[in-house]
Amino acid sequence: MTTAHAEASKDTFPHEPEKATLEGRNKVLAFWLFLGGEAVLFGTLFATFLALRNQTNEGPSANELFHLPLVAAATFILLVSSLTSVFAIQAMHRNRPALLRNWLLVTVGLGLGFLVLEIYEFTQYVRHEEFGMTTSAFSSAFYTLVGFHGAHVAFGIAWISILIGQLARKGLTVVTAPKVYVSAMYWHFIDVVWVFIFTVVYLLGKVG
Amino acid sequence: MDWLTTVDHKKIAILYLWAGGLFFGIGGIEALLIRWQLIKPMNNFLDAQTFNELITMHGTTMIFLGVMPVIFALMNAVIPLQIGARDVAFPFLNALGFWTFLFGGILLNLSWVMGGAPDAGWTAYTPLSTSTYSTTHGVDFYTIGLQIAGLGTLIGGINFLATIITMRAPGMTYMRMPMFAWTTFITSAIILFAFPAITVGLVLLTFDRILGANFFEVGAGGSPVLWQHIFWIFGHPEVYILILPAFGIISEVIPTFSRKRLFGYSSMVFATILIAFLGFMVWAHHMFTTGLGPVANALFSVSTMLIAVPTGIKIFNWLFTMWGGQVRFTTPNLFAVGFIPTFTMGGVTGVMLASAPADFQFHDTYFVVAHFHYVIVGGLVLGLFAGLHYWWPKMFGRMLSEKLGKWTFWTFIIGFHLTFFVQHFLGLMGMQRRVFTYLPNQQFDFLNLVSTIGAGLMGVGMIIFLVNILLTSRKPADASNDPWEDGRTLEWTIPSPPPEYNFKQTPLIRGIDAFWKEKVAGNKGMTPAEPVGSIHMPSATILPFTMSIGIFIAGLGFMFSRDEFGNAFMSFLFNNYIVTAIGLIITFGSMLMRSLYDDHGWHIEPEELEGSERT
Repeated sequence: MTTAHAEASKDTFPHEPEKATLEGRNKVLAFWLFLGGEAVLFGTLFATFLALRNQTNEGPSANELFHLPLVAAATFILLVSSLTSVFAIQAMHRNRPALLRNWLLVTVGLGLGFLVLEIYEFTQYVRHEEFGMTTSAFSSAFYTLVGFHGAHVAFGIAWISILIGQLARKGLTVVTAPKVYVSAMYWHFIDVVWVFIFTVVYLLGKVG
Repeated sequence: MDWLTTVDHKKIAILYLWAGGLFFGIGGIEALLIRWQLIKPMNNFLDAQTFNELITMHGTTMIFLGVMPVIFALMNAVIPLQIGARDVAFPFLNALGFWTFLFGGILLNLSWVMGGAPDAGWTAYTPLSTSTYSTTHGVDFYTIGLQIAGLGTLIGGINFLATIITMRAPGMTYMRMPMFAWTTFITSAIILFAFPAITVGLVLLTFDRILGANFFEVGAGGSPVLWQHIFWIFGHPEVYILILPAFGIISEVIPTFSRKRLFGYSSMVFATILIAFLGFMVWAHHMFTTGLGPVANALFSVSTMLIAVPTGIKIFNWLFTMWGGQVRFTTPNLFAVGFIPTFTMGGVTGVMLASAPADFQFHDTYFVVAHFHYVIVGGLVLGLFAGLHYWWPKMFGRMLSEKLGKWTFWTFIIGFHLTFFVQHFLGLMGMQRRVFTYLPNQQFDFLNLVSTIGAGLMGVGMIIFLVNILLTSRKPADASNDPWEDGRTLEWTIPSPPPEYNFKQTPLIRGIDAFWKEKVAGNKGMTPAEPVGSIHMPSATILPFTMSIGIFIAGLGFMFSRDEFGNAFMSFLFNNYIVTAIGLIITFGSMLMRSLYDDHGWHIEPEELEGSERT
């Protein structure tokens, strides 16, 4: 049980720095629990969407609305960002702070790219398809589910950006490592949610 | 100031207790006003709108702002002590959870003075709660206030889970944990999986009301039954969030005052887990009459009745614990013993309601009101009374007066049965709930009078309890480590109230009822598991408080974002989401501060530990 916050030197740097202290282990555990709660949150949103996905109220339907190439591009970008965040964690485990920072920057950049595509998609719908929050029960459910995910992405971008700043100030230590690790867990989680959104919202919208 | 910045779980417990007590008082006054309106037929003490607001706020306040914080108070006060920990896993989050709960509660209650309280019932059923039928800001206060308060509960739940998983003292395996720690653990797990559902429900309703979304607007394709599903998939587990901690308290109090170990400890543990699991499977029994069909009704009916099995196991285990024990009827034990038959009655009417065909008859009558008050008041509130009297000396170092405690018990429990027992019959005779008056000569008159008198008596019991607290606080804090003399668990091995660091040395656990085991072996205290050393403590911080204030301001800003104000400046602030933004900036700014400046905490050195020990 160590409560030391001393910076680990190069040769004593632990293999899994995120689990080197009780505080770090608590953080990782609690974050797993938190993600369990988040899963219920998105599960409820998905259930709502499935219940209301055909209630178009004479507004546009999913089939008329979605352009799969755009969504596929967004999906690709987001999935790659998950990979780059894995590279970041690997760099962290090998105690290479500069590499860690670079991979985190790439991850943030890809996240921003995804967000830009999503904002573009939404504005297209609102401007050209007259498909807004108030159009139908389907539109409300769509914007709420996809928008919640988008808000999670935006939060993740801000979070990881702050962590990059923190790493620059304090270096990679047993204090900062758990923070990086849980942010990567978070990032994977929102990627997984996106996979479900891609399937349930977009693919199902196109075929059914 | 000390109280605004504290991260000590024992102080946070006291904050929870006072804040929860305050809201409990408000909810109690609302209940008395309701009962006063129903004292005679065609009473015009309250009008229908006010009555709607009162029943809505009574239910909402009692469940979310009254009993849950008091449960959290006991958990915070006791759990780290029972598992031999120096603090919870995340002291900062613990404080944050309290402040978000408090500001959410304040926001909700501001509705009384800011243009109308919520009036759609505590379940906020759509379409009654949509802007078409509820035109004041009342339901906005409900959705946003509960959202903020719920955040605090979720944070607390995760914190207790992590604490119990990682911070148990050496030797304390899961199957050696005290029952209250077990029920806290399971309760926290239910919170974790139930609260996000209501989070989404409240968001959807907020969007419907403020952004004009159509989740529950039938005309635009929305579905009111969807609200019921989302509400009850949260709402039914919520019942177990409330009652399991009471089960835990009873399981601590009865063995202590029977001088016997809890009968069937492991069956108690598994019954708790089973109840939690089944609690998630039965939500639609609240919706038998919405037309889900006979198959769904039958399945939910059977799964609901199954819960009676583990609950029955618990009831019999408590009885067997007392059987042949040296039972002492102290105040906590009176409440615990009174709990058993009262809660059992609530359980029996639960089985009656679980029968779908019968439910068509009972639905929305006073029979349901009687049933859930037997569960919540006759179960949970009696349990909380037992727990408060039991742990009061540990929390404050002062014994509550036994004499006044017994007065509290007898007035409260007699008043309780007078109030709610007759409501079973009112319901069976067809008196509807949620209606602000009734016609004379339907045989409702006398029983309603009895019920109101009972409610008054419960009020008297509460006042005696408050007097007891007041008188006790004037006495010197001289409670010993183990004031009940038969303490079985770790909290009774350290001074009352405990020092800031709880345990000078982490104890070594050698069995269930760790302290009792040492007593039986002839030892005076616990064997330490570590040498005396310097103890790391987290630093106090104002950030949880400022974060919560930020969320509070953002909530108010969002709620009034579509209003027209007489004042151009106010319109500018609210209609452009500037107030919302200010609130969010305060919150996120505080989060940024937290992230940029590390909290290294401080240490208590061994020299300071000596001499502070008091027995």
